Amino acid sequence: MTWSEFFSMGGYGFYVWGSYLLTLLALGGEVVFLLRRRSHCSHARMQDQSFRS
Amino acid sequence: MNWYKYASPANFYPLAGKMIPWFAIPAVILFVVGLYVGFFVAPTDSQQGDAYRIIFIHVPAAWMGMMLYVLMAIYAAIGWAFNARLASMMASSLSITGAMFTFLSLVSGSLWGKPTWGTWWVWDARLTSTLILLFLYIGFISLQAAIDDPRRADLAGAVLAIVGVINVPIIYFSVQWWNTLHQGATIRLLNKPTMAPPMLAAMLIMLAACWLYSIAVVLVRLRCIILEREQNAARLAEVGA
Repeated sequence: MTWSEFFSMGGYGFYVWGSYLLTLLALGGEVVFLLRRRSHCSHARMQDQSFRS
Repeated sequence: MNWYKYASPANFYPLAGKMIPWFAIPAVILFVVGLYVGFFVAPTDSQQGDAYRIIFIHVPAAWMGMMLYVLMAIYAAIGWAFNARLASMMASSLSITGAMFTFLSLVSGSLWGKPTWGTWWVWDARLTSTLILLFLYIGFISLQAAIDDPRRADLAGAVLAIVGVINVPIIYFSVQWWNTLHQGATIRLLNKPTMAPPMLAAMLIMLAACWLYSIAVVLVRLRCIILEREQNAARLAEVGA
Protein backbone atom coordinates (compact mmCIF):
# COMPACT_ATOMS: atom_id res chain seq x y z
CA MET A 1 0.00 0.00 0.00
CA THR A 2 1.39 3.40 -0.98
CA TRP A 3 0.93 6.58 1.03
CA SER A 4 -1.31 8.13 -1.60
CA GLU A 5 -3.56 5.06 -1.45
CA PHE A 6 -3.54 5.37 2.31
CA PHE A 7 -4.58 9.02 2.23
CA SER A 8 -7.29 8.45 -0.36
CA MET A 9 -8.93 5.78 1.90
CA GLY A 10 -10.46 4.08 -1.14
CA GLY A 11 -12.12 7.35 -2.17
CA TYR A 12 -13.52 8.04 1.31
CA GLY A 13 -10.58 10.21 2.39
CA PHE A 14 -12.66 13.36 2.86
CA TYR A 15 -15.08 11.62 5.24
CA VAL A 16 -12.53 9.54 7.15
CA TRP A 17 -9.89 12.26 7.56
CA GLY A 18 -12.57 14.90 8.07
CA SER A 19 -13.95 13.06 11.07
CA TYR A 20 -10.49 12.49 12.59
CA LEU A 21 -9.48 16.11 11.95
CA LEU A 22 -12.63 17.34 13.72
CA THR A 23 -11.90 14.96 16.61
CA LEU A 24 -8.37 16.35 16.88
CA LEU A 25 -9.69 19.92 16.82
CA ALA A 26 -12.34 19.17 19.46
CA LEU A 27 -10.03 17.35 21.89
CA GLY A 28 -7.11 19.71 21.23
CA GLY A 29 -9.40 22.72 21.58
CA GLU A 30 -10.76 21.44 24.88
CA VAL A 31 -7.23 20.92 26.24
CA VAL A 32 -6.03 24.38 25.08
CA PHE A 33 -9.05 26.19 26.56
CA LEU A 34 -8.68 24.21 29.77
CA LEU A 35 -4.96 25.00 30.16
CA ARG A 36 -5.71 28.70 29.59
CA ARG A 37 -8.46 28.53 32.21
CA ARG A 38 -6.05 26.78 34.59
CA SER A 39 -3.25 29.31 34.14
CA HIS A 40 -5.80 32.09 34.68
CA CYS A 41 -7.14 30.66 37.94
CA SER A 42 -3.82 29.50 39.36
CA HIS A 43 -2.37 32.96 38.64
CA ALA A 44 -5.16 34.49 40.70
CA ARG A 45 -4.45 31.90 43.39
CA MET A 46 -0.90 33.20 43.86
CA GLN A 47 -2.39 36.48 45.04
CA ASP A 48 -4.83 34.75 47.33
CA GLN A 49 -3.11 33.28 50.37
CA SER A 50 -6.35 32.26 52.05
CA PHE A 51 -6.57 29.02 50.03
CA ARG A 52 -4.09 26.39 51.17
CA SER A 53 -3.35 23.34 49.09
CA MET B 1 -7.31 6.22 55.49
CA ASN B 2 -10.24 8.52 55.97
CA TRP B 3 -12.07 8.75 52.65
CA TYR B 4 -14.49 11.39 53.92
CA LYS B 5 -11.53 13.73 54.08
CA TYR B 6 -11.48 13.78 50.28
CA ALA B 7 -15.10 14.87 50.05
CA SER B 8 -13.76 18.33 50.93
CA PRO B 9 -12.75 20.33 47.84
CA ALA B 10 -9.64 21.75 49.55
CA ASN B 11 -8.41 18.22 50.40
CA PHE B 12 -9.32 16.70 47.06
CA TYR B 13 -7.53 19.45 45.11
CA PRO B 14 -3.94 18.17 45.63
CA LEU B 15 -5.01 14.51 45.29
CA ALA B 16 -6.62 15.29 41.91
CA GLY B 17 -3.42 17.03 40.85
CA LYS B 18 -1.39 13.89 41.59
CA MET B 19 -3.88 11.68 39.69
CA ILE B 20 -3.94 13.64 36.42
CA PRO B 21 -0.65 12.38 34.82
CA TRP B 22 -1.65 8.76 35.57
CA PHE B 23 -4.59 9.21 33.21
CA ALA B 24 -3.23 11.75 30.71
CA ILE B 25 -0.07 9.84 29.70
CA PRO B 26 -1.74 6.42 29.17
CA ALA B 27 -4.51 8.26 27.23
CA VAL B 28 -1.96 9.60 24.72
CA ILE B 29 -0.30 6.18 24.39
CA LEU B 30 -3.62 4.38 23.85
CA PHE B 31 -4.76 6.95 21.26
CA VAL B 32 -1.57 6.25 19.27
CA VAL B 33 -1.92 2.46 19.64
CA GLY B 34 -5.65 2.54 18.82
CA LEU B 35 -5.12 4.62 15.67
CA TYR B 36 -2.24 2.37 14.60
CA VAL B 37 -4.36 -0.78 14.97
CA GLY B 38 -7.35 0.96 13.37
CA PHE B 39 -5.52 2.21 10.28
CA PHE B 40 -2.66 -0.27 9.75
CA VAL B 41 -3.81 -3.59 11.25
CA ALA B 42 -7.60 -3.67 10.77
CA PRO B 43 -8.51 -4.82 7.24
CA THR B 44 -10.66 -2.92 4.75
CA ASP B 45 -14.34 -3.76 5.20
CA SER B 46 -15.86 -5.88 2.41
CA GLN B 47 -19.07 -3.82 2.27
CA GLN B 48 -18.10 -0.28 3.29
CA GLY B 49 -14.51 -0.13 2.07
CA ASP B 50 -12.39 2.20 4.19
CA ALA B 51 -15.30 4.49 5.13
CA TYR B 52 -16.00 2.20 8.10
CA ARG B 53 -12.77 3.40 9.79
CA ILE B 54 -14.81 6.33 11.13
CA ILE B 55 -16.17 3.75 13.60
CA PHE B 56 -12.98 3.96 15.70
CA ILE B 57 -13.89 7.46 16.79
CA HIS B 58 -17.67 7.45 16.19
CA VAL B 59 -18.62 4.58 18.52
CA PRO B 60 -16.27 5.57 21.42
CA ALA B 61 -17.50 9.19 21.16
CA ALA B 62 -21.15 8.08 21.24
CA TRP B 63 -20.56 5.79 24.23
CA MET B 64 -18.66 8.52 26.09
CA GLY B 65 -21.50 10.97 25.44
CA MET B 66 -24.00 8.58 27.04
CA MET B 67 -21.82 7.30 29.88
CA LEU B 68 -20.59 10.74 30.91
CA TYR B 69 -24.21 11.91 31.01
CA VAL B 70 -25.17 9.09 33.40
CA LEU B 71 -22.09 9.84 35.51
CA MET B 72 -22.94 13.55 35.51
CA ALA B 73 -26.52 12.81 36.66
CA ILE B 74 -25.24 10.52 39.44
CA TYR B 75 -22.78 13.14 40.73
CA ALA B 76 -25.41 15.87 40.45
CA ALA B 77 -27.85 13.69 42.45
CA ILE B 78 -25.22 12.96 45.14
CA GLY B 79 -24.38 16.65 45.34
CA TRP B 80 -28.04 17.45 45.79
CA ALA B 81 -29.07 14.61 48.15
CA PHE B 82 -26.05 14.74 50.47
CA ASN B 83 -25.28 18.44 50.08
CA ALA B 84 -21.83 17.44 48.78
CA ARG B 85 -20.29 20.43 47.00
CA LEU B 86 -17.46 18.44 45.43
CA ALA B 87 -19.90 16.02 43.72
CA SER B 88 -21.81 18.95 42.22
CA MET B 89 -18.56 20.46 40.97
CA MET B 90 -17.72 17.09 39.40
CA ALA B 91 -21.07 17.13 37.58
CA SER B 92 -20.30 20.60 36.17
CA SER B 93 -16.85 19.46 35.10
CA LEU B 94 -18.23 16.35 33.36
CA SER B 95 -20.86 18.30 31.42
CA ILE B 96 -18.38 20.05 29.08
CA THR B 97 -16.48 16.90 28.10
CA GLY B 98 -19.73 14.93 27.72
CA ALA B 99 -21.16 17.62 25.43
CA MET B 100 -17.95 17.60 23.39
CA PHE B 101 -18.09 13.82 22.85
CA THR B 102 -21.80 13.92 21.99
CA PHE B 103 -21.10 16.63 19.42
CA LEU B 104 -18.26 14.52 17.97
CA SER B 105 -20.49 11.44 17.71
CA LEU B 106 -23.08 13.46 15.76
CA VAL B 107 -20.52 15.05 13.44
CA SER B 108 -18.54 11.85 12.80
CA GLY B 109 -21.85 10.03 12.26
CA SER B 110 -22.84 12.65 9.74
CA LEU B 111 -19.52 12.24 7.91
CA TRP B 112 -20.13 8.49 7.89
CA GLY B 113 -23.78 8.77 6.85
CA LYS B 114 -23.07 10.80 3.72
CA PRO B 115 -21.00 8.15 1.87
CA THR B 116 -22.89 5.09 3.21
CA TRP B 117 -26.53 6.27 3.47
CA GLY B 118 -26.31 9.11 0.94
CA THR B 119 -27.39 11.74 3.47
CA TRP B 120 -25.77 13.82 6.20
CA TRP B 121 -28.77 13.55 8.49
CA VAL B 122 -32.06 11.71 8.92
CA TRP B 123 -34.61 12.17 11.69
CA ASP B 124 -34.43 8.58 12.80
CA ALA B 125 -34.79 7.57 16.45
CA ARG B 126 -31.06 7.04 17.18
CA LEU B 127 -29.95 10.34 15.65
CA THR B 128 -32.81 12.38 17.08
CA SER B 129 -32.40 11.04 20.62
CA THR B 130 -28.63 11.70 20.44
CA LEU B 131 -29.35 15.27 19.33
CA ILE B 132 -31.65 15.60 22.36
CA LEU B 133 -28.74 14.38 24.52
CA LEU B 134 -26.59 17.23 23.15
CA PHE B 135 -29.41 19.70 23.92
CA LEU B 136 -29.66 18.32 27.48
CA TYR B 137 -25.93 18.94 27.98
CA ILE B 138 -26.21 22.44 26.52
CA GLY B 139 -29.27 23.08 28.72
CA PHE B 140 -27.36 21.93 31.82
CA ILE B 141 -24.33 24.10 30.99
CA SER B 142 -26.42 27.20 30.16
CA LEU B 143 -28.65 26.80 33.21
CA GLN B 144 -25.61 26.62 35.50
CA ALA B 145 -24.00 29.60 33.77
CA ALA B 146 -27.17 31.67 34.16
CA ILE B 147 -27.39 31.35 37.96
CA ASP B 148 -24.96 33.39 40.05
CA ASP B 149 -25.17 31.50 43.35
CA PRO B 150 -23.11 28.31 42.75
CA ARG B 151 -25.15 26.08 45.08
CA ARG B 152 -28.46 27.17 43.52
CA ALA B 153 -26.91 26.56 40.08
CA ASP B 154 -25.89 23.06 41.27
CA LEU B 155 -29.41 22.23 42.44
CA ALA B 156 -31.13 23.56 39.33
CA GLY B 157 -28.66 21.65 37.15
CA ALA B 158 -29.23 18.48 39.18
CA VAL B 159 -32.99 18.55 38.48
CA LEU B 160 -32.36 18.89 34.74
CA ALA B 161 -29.61 16.22 34.72
CA ILE B 162 -31.73 13.67 36.65
CA VAL B 163 -34.87 14.18 34.56
CA GLY B 164 -32.83 13.99 31.35
CA VAL B 165 -31.26 10.64 32.25
CA ILE B 166 -34.41 8.94 30.86
CA ASN B 167 -33.06 9.83 27.41
CA VAL B 168 -30.00 7.56 27.75
CA PRO B 169 -31.87 4.19 27.64
CA ILE B 170 -34.00 5.66 24.84
CA ILE B 171 -30.82 6.25 22.79
CA TYR B 172 -29.45 2.83 23.65
CA PHE B 173 -32.60 0.85 22.75
CA SER B 174 -33.75 3.14 19.93
CA VAL B 175 -32.33 0.79 17.28
CA GLN B 176 -34.41 -2.07 18.71
CA TRP B 177 -37.62 -0.20 19.51
CA TRP B 178 -37.96 1.66 16.24
CA ASN B 179 -37.17 0.83 12.66
CA THR B 180 -34.10 3.01 12.20
CA LEU B 181 -31.71 3.69 9.36
CA HIS B 182 -28.94 3.49 11.96
CA GLN B 183 -27.56 -0.02 12.31
CA GLY B 184 -28.18 -2.12 15.41
CA ALA B 185 -25.71 -2.70 18.23
CA THR B 186 -22.46 -4.27 17.05
CA ILE B 187 -21.41 -5.29 20.53
CA ARG B 188 -23.68 -6.84 23.13
CA LEU B 189 -22.71 -8.19 26.48
CA LEU B 190 -23.84 -11.79 25.97
CA ASN B 191 -23.50 -12.21 22.22
CA LYS B 192 -20.38 -12.70 20.18
CA PRO B 193 -19.42 -9.41 18.52
CA THR B 194 -20.10 -9.28 14.79
CA MET B 195 -16.76 -7.65 13.95
CA ALA B 196 -13.32 -8.84 12.88
CA PRO B 197 -11.04 -9.06 15.97
CA PRO B 198 -8.58 -6.26 14.92
CA MET B 199 -11.52 -3.90 14.23
CA LEU B 200 -13.01 -4.69 17.62
CA ALA B 201 -9.60 -4.30 19.30
CA ALA B 202 -9.02 -0.87 17.71
CA MET B 203 -12.46 0.29 18.81
CA LEU B 204 -12.01 -0.90 22.40
CA ILE B 205 -8.52 0.64 22.64
CA MET B 206 -9.92 3.96 21.39
CA LEU B 207 -12.75 3.66 23.94
CA ALA B 208 -10.21 3.14 26.74
CA ALA B 209 -8.19 6.12 25.46
CA CYS B 210 -11.33 8.29 25.48
CA TRP B 211 -12.11 7.22 29.06
CA LEU B 212 -8.59 8.06 30.27
CA TYR B 213 -8.65 11.36 28.35
CA SER B 214 -12.02 12.22 29.90
CA ILE B 215 -10.87 11.46 33.45
CA ALA B 216 -7.72 13.57 33.02
CA VAL B 217 -9.55 16.53 31.48
CA VAL B 218 -12.42 16.37 33.98
CA LEU B 219 -9.97 16.37 36.91
CA VAL B 220 -8.08 19.39 35.52
CA ARG B 221 -11.38 21.23 35.08
CA LEU B 222 -12.56 20.15 38.54
CA ARG B 223 -9.43 21.74 40.04
CA CYS B 224 -10.19 24.96 38.16
CA ILE B 225 -13.79 24.94 39.42
CA ILE B 226 -12.61 24.37 43.02
CA LEU B 227 -10.19 27.31 42.77
CA GLU B 228 -12.66 29.63 41.07
CA ARG B 229 -15.35 28.94 43.66
CA GLU B 230 -12.95 29.38 46.58
CA GLN B 231 -11.80 32.70 45.14
CA ASN B 232 -15.36 33.90 44.64
CA ALA B 233 -16.23 32.89 48.19
CA ALA B 234 -13.14 34.68 49.55
CA ARG B 235 -13.96 37.80 47.56
CA LEU B 236 -17.56 37.79 48.79
CA ALA B 237 -16.35 37.37 52.39
CA GLU B 238 -14.05 40.41 51.98
CA VAL B 239 -16.86 42.73 50.93
CA GLY B 240 -19.06 41.32 53.70
CA ALA B 241 -21.67 39.76 51.43
